[in-house]
Amino acid sequence: MLLQHAATVGAHPLSGTAASYVWLLPLLPLLGFVINGLLSLVSAVHLGPDDPSASHGDSHALSHDSNAHAPDEGGAHGDDHHPVARHRYAAITSLIGPGVLVLSFLLATAIFLAMRAVGSHEPFIQRYFSWMPVGDLQIDAAFQLDQLSMLMVMVITGVGTLIHIFSVGYMVDDPGYPRYFAYLNLFVFFMLVLVLGSSYPVMFVGWEGVGLCSYLLIGFWFSEKANADAGKKAFIVNRIGDFGFLVAMFMLFANIGALDFVGVNAAASGMPFGGVLVTTICLFFFLGCAGKSAQIPLYVWLPDAMAGPTPVSALIHAATMVTAGVYLIARSNVLFSLAPAAGLTVVVIGALTAIFAASIGLKQWDIKKVLAYSTVSQLGYMFIGVGSGAYVAGLFHLMTHSFFKALLFLGSGSVIYAMHRAYHHTGNHEDAQDMRNMGGLKKYMPITWALMWAATLAISGIPPFTGFFSKDEILGAVFARHTGSTLAEAHWLGIPGGTVLLVCYALGLAAALMTAVYMTRMMLYTFHGPNRSGEKEREHLHEAPWIMTAPLVVLGVLSVFGGWFNLPSFFPLGPVGALERWLEPVVGEGALRITKGAPLELAHGTELMLVAIAVVIAVAGIALAFARLKPESLVPAKDAPAEHGFERVLANKYFVDETYDAAIVQPVVATSRGLLWRGIDIGLIDGLTRLLIQSKDDDSAPGTTVPMGGLLPRAVGWMGSQMQSGLVGTYAWVLVVGVLFVLGAFTFR
Amino acid sequence: MLAESLFFSAVLFTIGVIGVLTRRNAIIIFMCVELMLNAVNLTFVAFAQVYGVAGQIFVFFVMTVAAAEAAVGLAIIIALFRHRQTVNLSNINLLKG
Repeated sequence: MLLQHAATVGAHPLSGTAASYVWLLPLLPLLGFVINGLLSLVSAVHLGPDDPSASHGDSHALSHDSNAHAPDEGGAHGDDHHPVARHRYAAITSLIGPGVLVLSFLLATAIFLAMRAVGSHEPFIQRYFSWMPVGDLQIDAAFQLDQLSMLMVMVITGVGTLIHIFSVGYMVDDPGYPRYFAYLNLFVFFMLVLVLGSSYPVMFVGWEGVGLCSYLLIGFWFSEKANADAGKKAFIVNRIGDFGFLVAMFMLFANIGALDFVGVNAAASGMPFGGVLVTTICLFFFLGCAGKSAQIPLYVWLPDAMAGPTPVSALIHAATMVTAGVYLIARSNVLFSLAPAAGLTVVVIGALTAIFAASIGLKQWDIKKVLAYSTVSQLGYMFIGVGSGAYVAGLFHLMTHSFFKALLFLGSGSVIYAMHRAYHHTGNHEDAQDMRNMGGLKKYMPITWALMWAATLAISGIPPFTGFFSKDEILGAVFARHTGSTLAEAHWLGIPGGTVLLVCYALGLAAALMTAVYMTRMMLYTFHGPNRSGEKEREHLHEAPWIMTAPLVVLGVLSVFGGWFNLPSFFPLGPVGALERWLEPVVGEGALRITKGAPLELAHGTELMLVAIAVVIAVAGIALAFARLKPESLVPAKDAPAEHGFERVLANKYFVDETYDAAIVQPVVATSRGLLWRGIDIGLIDGLTRLLIQSKDDDSAPGTTVPMGGLLPRAVGWMGSQMQSGLVGTYAWVLVVGVLFVLGAFTFR
Repeated sequence: MLAESLFFSAVLFTIGVIGVLTRRNAIIIFMCVELMLNAVNLTFVAFAQVYGVAGQIFVFFVMTVAAAEAAVGLAIIIALFRHRQTVNLSNINLLKG
């Protein structure tokens, strides 16, 4: 391990370039966390209930110079009846929170350019200090910079920056504004540690850290119990996945004695193909992925996570953190390529999740819940990709998804923002997130409308929007691997792998159809048809300020043209397969092993046919939604009739939460209460204590006397006290006798 | 030479131990403790002939600590005497449980 470090650090062509500053990437957001956290703490001390008015006026004066859109805001929201007091340090936070991300992104771009110029295929490993030197276990705090981590860093800092800027507009009036940005910056720090760590343990630090920030941000408005509960749910469900991650790490160390990626990849090449050990390790890793990336059966936390602020949903629960599982599998591609059974499991779970979540999304009324199930479904697609060994396709979809899903979430954020403001002005207490209360918003928010349509076409897979390329690549890869790959020859629960892949391809297509339907449904109900928000509210509906729409525009451009990052060969309007060539040094080995050493090429005719099928299905989904759904006949949420039959099952998410509650939560609670508390704690332990110690009156049952109570402890106590004479001489005698005894035992043994 | 030195220090140490165990006067016990310390010092110096100068360095440390201990110990005995008008340890059993 150390030798490799010496070799790579000493001679790597990237040393001396901007890449040597890779430690600054996570450190900048950490700095932002410290500053914003301090601002939050300081104001918590000073900002008492005594002078809310003082801080209000003060911060308004400050905030004007930091907000470029101040005049616009003055005109649009001039009649500020808000009782909320803007945080007194809001201006500093608005500067630092997104500022550190911008710096991080600029540094990441510099490193990216340096990497492109050098073109090295070796990972660039920067070792900082020895973290866990315990016998054979030598773990360094080290960062690894290669093409895969660079891609993730660009996505995290790039999309992260846009969402941070959006957050300035969305959250600035929140009393907990610095706390919000402190958590958000901390999240980016941990996310960068996750993707930059050079070993599984360092990655795990980031993995747990992002989980913590996710918990903190889901429960950001913790004064409402539902939000706090949603945070707890996310945390607890993720623990199950983390257990899998940990066990996989233990097994790796116990069997190959290395935990850093370079060492594991080197040792893995010597492991038997399809062996039980490597399959088990991969399955445990996938359990971790299922928790973090919300796959069946652990997806239940993600829809509830929508309780957090909408930019948080965009950043953590759509664009970055939930893709960590995809990253983990791509990072472990050498291991997964040795375990075709594990790969097939990933594909099957991904396909099932994709169609299951998509079907739930068909009947949700909360605009964010639709997007949440859509995210779960799209994550399923990514797992179909990385599970079938099409790592580039999976990562490509990860990237494009981060563009259009961030755009959809931020767009829904600006819709909710408008709805919330309108309801706020009129004192209405309807649900600002329920699509039945929206409708016809196109007239009031044309920019958001246009951008969200772009994202909808992208996620539905309409060419030439981004989603088309990435989704098509995944589906094409699954189809291509149903013959001639190691996966096709393996068996999954007795079923031939080729059949499994074909079924998963069909499931993927069906999910694509549903995706197109539910996304169009969301757009129709939100932006088209008549407005259902109410007469008075209508006057207050308007587009969000520019600080919120500008990031949307950037994401919109990326959603439309992001496909150019990895154009397929039948669409040669630019560099073909750029991302594929970029990622080749990292994932090439695993991908080639699955396709048996030669890149798998579909016949040109077959490929075009697959593309045609995908496009027809996407168009059919959109057309179906337009034909069947009538936004004119919708009524506001409070007048809506109850659903019946299968619609009710979908609207209630197949009753999965209720099933889990009845099958797991209730038995645990009942056992804890009935057996552990009443039985063992009160019955056994307290009972024994009462029997032995309490001689006269029993406190828990006054008036009763326990016979023989306290006899045993008294006898033991009396014997002990007799040895305490208090005379130092006696103690010295005992000491000397003891020393003589020990010496004698050693001498005459 | 080494054997004689070690034997002599063993004798000194044993005298010290017996003194601590049999006598009741705090001052005399205190002197016996000093005797034991010096027996150990003698062992250190004797072994220093064989294993190098480190043992002699240890002696300095032991002497320093012993000096500090003597100051504190005598102070305790004086305080004890002022309190109880005796230094006979048979009468002092405040540690009794």
